Amino acid sequence: MSLDQFVLAASAGDGILDKLNTGDILATLFFFTLLMILLKKFAWGPLMGIMDQRAELIASEIDEAEKSRAESAKLLEEQRALLKEARTEAQAIVENAKQQGDAQRAEIMETARAEAARLRENAAAEIANEKEKAIQAVREEFVSMSILAAEKVLGKEVSEEDNRALIEETIQKAGEGR
Amino acid sequence: MNHVNPKWEFLGLTFNPSNILMLAVTCLIVFLIAFISTRNMKLKPTGMQNFMEWVMDFVKGIIKSNMDWKTGGRFHLLALTLIMFIFVANMLGLPFAIAYDHVLWWKSPTADPTITMTLAVMVLVLTHYYGVKMTGVKNYLLGFTKPLAFMTPLKIIEEFANTLTLGLRLYGNIYAGEILIGLLAGLATAGVGGFLGAILPAMAWQGFSIFIGTIQAFIFVMLSMVYMSHKVQTDH
Repeated sequence: MSLDQFVLAASAGDGILDKLNTGDILATLFFFTLLMILLKKFAWGPLMGIMDQRAELIASEIDEAEKSRAESAKLLEEQRALLKEARTEAQAIVENAKQQGDAQRAEIMETARAEAARLRENAAAEIANEKEKAIQAVREEFVSMSILAAEKVLGKEVSEEDNRALIEETIQKAGEGR
Repeated sequence: MNHVNPKWEFLGLTFNPSNILMLAVTCLIVFLIAFISTRNMKLKPTGMQNFMEWVMDFVKGIIKSNMDWKTGGRFHLLALTLIMFIFVANMLGLPFAIAYDHVLWWKSPTADPTITMTLAVMVLVLTHYYGVKMTGVKNYLLGFTKPLAFMTPLKIIEEFANTLTLGLRLYGNIYAGEILIGLLAGLATAGVGGFLGAILPAMAWQGFSIFIGTIQAFIFVMLSMVYMSHKVQTDH
């Protein structure tokens, strides 16, 4: 057995190379080294490469995610600020419109009032005018009636008294007609 | 049983062709496993690539438990090759042993002390080499006087003891396993009763041998890295 050989070889100095499996030792070293080199070239190297690549990929993905997260947070903040701004702006606009409306209403009412006053004045003036005209017309009528009455008086043989009474009556009538 | 090892002599060196054969077979199997499983590698691993990556991370874990990765990263490939080589070597002797004309040809290569001792010596030589290379000659020599100067003889003995135990532990476990499997196989071939009697213990022992083979591969690499870390790290 090789164990015996080994023990013998360890104890006996003579013929150590005959007893010890020197060839096996060299072969083991040779095979192991060869295996290690081949595996490094064909298996471990590429495998390690791809594992490193993956680690890099994951790291970069994490970085990317972190970055986009920060970016979206920034965007959200921005949007929020914008929304707030828009809201205050809208409020200002509404406020403005209300004020403007109030002012406009007051103005319209003012003009309406002025217009009404003017119309009333106009109407009053017109009424006065019409009244004047009517009086004038009545007067003219009265004169023509007086003339008519006079004609009648002149045409008929009337007494002084009759004449007078007729005129007075006519005047009276005219006065009532007014 | 009572097999003898084949023996060749060449250029004044003694060869055991059975060892050479089994070493070659082991190397071939390890290489094929690693080679095939690293074809068509993807960033999103599937199938065998997952397995190889698990092995890599496992070995990385062994190294990391002994030294920091900056120091230990360079031993990754060594440890990775060692663990797969020893594991496959341990498994090879399990299913059968082939003997031709009472000469044992097929067995676990790690059931031979020459091979396990070679691996152990190789590892220990590497620890000394890296000890000198990474910490300098002065620190390397001072390492023998720590923690106390009078322990130096013990520390020197320890180096040899480490080598011997590292190699012989692996050899002993695997060799014993093979002996027992051989005995059970002998019982099984003795007759019908022997066969029936041998089935259960043979199956149990083979299962246990798989366990032992796995554990021994792990222990060998673990201890290698422990010894390595003792040499390459100055601060403890």
